[in-house]
Amino acid sequence: MVPRVIRPKREDGCFFTIPVLYGLINEKRVSSLKLCGAAILIECLIEQGTETIFGFPGGAVLPIYDELYKRSDRIGHVLTAHEQHAGHAADGYARVTGKTGVCLATSGPGATNLVTAIATAYMDSTPTVFITGNVPQTLMGTDSFQEADISGITMPITKHNYMVTDVTKLADTIREAFFIARTGRPGPVLVDIPKDVQIAETEYVPVTGDALIPPLSASHPTMQLRPVGAALERYKLKIEPFAARAVELIQQSERPLIYYGGGVILSGAERQLLELANLVDAPVVSSLMGLGAISEADPRVLGMLGMHGTHAANIAMQRCDLLIAVGVRFSDRALGNAATFAPNAKVLHIDIDRAEINKNVTTTLHLTGDARTVLDLLLPRLEQKTHATWMRQAQSMAEEYLNNDLFEPRKILKTMSEIAPEITVATDVGQHQMWTAQHFPFIRPRQLVTSGGLGTMGFGLGAAMGAAKALGEPVVLATGDGSFRMNLTELSTIAYYQFPVIIVLFNNGTLGMVRQWQTLFFGKRYSQTTLDRGPDFMKLADAYGIGHARVNTVEGFRAAFSEALSLRAPYLIECMLDIDEMVAPMVAPGSPIDSFCLN
Amino acid sequence: MNKNGQNRYTVGVLVSNEPGVLSRVSGLFSRRGFNIESLAVGPTQDQSVSRITIVVLGNDSSIEQLVQQLYKLIVVRKVRVYDPANTVERQLVMIKVAATAAEREGLMRIVEIFKAKVVDVTRESLSLTITGDADKVSAMIELLEDYGITEIVRTGTVALQRGNQIMNSELFDL
Ligand SMILES: Cc1ncc(C[n+]2csc(CCOP(=O)(O)OP(=O)(O)O)c2C)c(N)n1
Ligand SMILES: [Mg+2]
Repeated sequence: MVPRVIRPKREDGCFFTIPVLYGLINEKRVSSLKLCGAAILIECLIEQGTETIFGFPGGAVLPIYDELYKRSDRIGHVLTAHEQHAGHAADGYARVTGKTGVCLATSGPGATNLVTAIATAYMDSTPTVFITGNVPQTLMGTDSFQEADISGITMPITKHNYMVTDVTKLADTIREAFFIARTGRPGPVLVDIPKDVQIAETEYVPVTGDALIPPLSASHPTMQLRPVGAALERYKLKIEPFAARAVELIQQSERPLIYYGGGVILSGAERQLLELANLVDAPVVSSLMGLGAISEADPRVLGMLGMHGTHAANIAMQRCDLLIAVGVRFSDRALGNAATFAPNAKVLHIDIDRAEINKNVTTTLHLTGDARTVLDLLLPRLEQKTHATWMRQAQSMAEEYLNNDLFEPRKILKTMSEIAPEITVATDVGQHQMWTAQHFPFIRPRQLVTSGGLGTMGFGLGAAMGAAKALGEPVVLATGDGSFRMNLTELSTIAYYQFPVIIVLFNNGTLGMVRQWQTLFFGKRYSQTTLDRGPDFMKLADAYGIGHARVNTVEGFRAAFSEALSLRAPYLIECMLDIDEMVAPMVAPGSPIDSFCLN
Repeated sequence: MNKNGQNRYTVGVLVSNEPGVLSRVSGLFSRRGFNIESLAVGPTQDQSVSRITIVVLGNDSSIEQLVQQLYKLIVVRKVRVYDPANTVERQLVMIKVAATAAEREGLMRIVEIFKAKVVDVTRESLSLTITGDADKVSAMIELLEDYGITEIVRTGTVALQRGNQIMNSELFDL
């Protein structure tokens, strides 16, 4: 626990009377209540505005589930089939809403089942709070039944974590956990609560508004990057000389290129980013996580950068003389070879995480801060520029697709976007993920839900169900036959809750992305990647009472997808694809980003 | 600078004094591929704050990355990479030497020269403590090796900046 600063009581005592939110409390006209830890946890989740918990019960969280039962009028729960997918669901929920996702699991195996979900959220900076039960403290350290040191295990994959040893600290710990999860560069926070702490009673003092922000961690350096009020004025003064230099770099540039990532979406800086692109008159390229921050309908968008980036994006990167990188971390999958990356460019890097500066790419100038805050300060200083020739050059590198009669992935995605251009699309990991990123034109932020950093096969169905729960409208899951095998256990969940998840299964009979590497780099020795085995996905969907169709033509797909949309219920469309479909273009790992090994 | 082109840096880290903080900090070092040469930790004048002193190998850009990563730990309140020219460094080392009565005389001369202290004597052994910076300590150890060292135990380096420079736990304002 971070040592606490005693929270000042306000004179009007308004911390203690919360009329609507705490009907129970108001009714009794008491300023505080004695509650058990489990009940305090639930009250604190309600304080934070949590509407839904994704989770799975067990012995070490029985008191929490009991309180959930009593408070089911105020807070919902989605029971998944497996904790990992509850974790991904909380993550998906957070990705589409920007709100903090909440996941609950029991001790030991329940907690360790969360590990992949936590690491996935960590790599993609999603605001999530994971709550686990643990054995009573008297048993801790004795290898007792279902005991696991989950705070130790998750230390490297959480933004922060806690083990609560004293019930009097529980409420503030939960508040702090939410604050840390959503502030600065967001990320997962885990709170481990031993069973004795869930049972122990203490005074619970409800709080609202500013009091929800824990004083000490609020002043931690990583939390200060979206300053307001007086802090904003101080920040402006400090950033002033650097902003002036940034303007200079932009004014001098003849071939500027903007490269944006998930940070823009996390910060809500999409409008500012577009304004920047228009003022600078620059083409723009996106990381996987940035897709949708600027609508791909905009002619400035050259597409995604990187290993499976577009020709236009990758070539423009090598030709630009100024790279303005906003909310992006220069992942190795986007860079190709760091030494030959953007060789002609000065690099202006805007990011909230100081540790990302100069980590993979050496910058000419950086502005540390929240993307929206920084751009708001920068935009008024910029004059309108025109780079007509450069814009034309950059756009002319966009590739033309051949048109043939094959039933191939890009046609599925184009058809999907024709019918439902605004629909939220979650993916698993593999070729189908890259095809989705390349060929479905994302036109709004938070439209694509994908595991970019960790590349987690099995992420998709959980994430899609979290998204569907949050949005209350149909969501597409683009998955592969390999990935789907990792999470199809959750079909029972989407069927039970009737989450309108339209599963578009790209069935190529293989772990296609790995096969592609075997084709290109391992002499076509297809070691353990051919999925010549069950199940019959149609029978499977049937077993869960889920609508289904198997298609092998664009027309068949169009019909099935339209039907699924109109049903607003779970649906599985199995698209039969050739085993040798490839993701192109492709740059071999470690190669310069404009030297394509597949076109 | 050593053969891999790496320098030795002494880094001070002020952290919240709470369980698990040491593994958070040391875990970060190993996770990010840094080799810790020594690590010393203890409470400060403020009971809620501990100070960790770490000696680590790296180069200027890797150390900058390390500092930025350290700041991302919620328990970390301040990080400082000490400037060797303006810093006093000390470690305490306890050494047990196999020494017969006949050898003791020569040993005592070394003890005097290095201002070490004898803390225990038996017929077959002599135990001493020495305080100093890394160079002084290794110079002494080298000489003692002739007599046969049976045990060495070290505290790890601690460091204090000279003069009025103070490393306090006031949070960094970005
Ligand atoms: C949990 C996990 N295990 C292994 C991998 C390595 N991997 C990356 S893509 C891939 C193949 C995915 O197959 P499928 O879901 O069928 O997608 P396709 O590439 O065929 O579209 C594998 C095995 C991974 N990303 N995640
Ligand atoms: Mg496949």
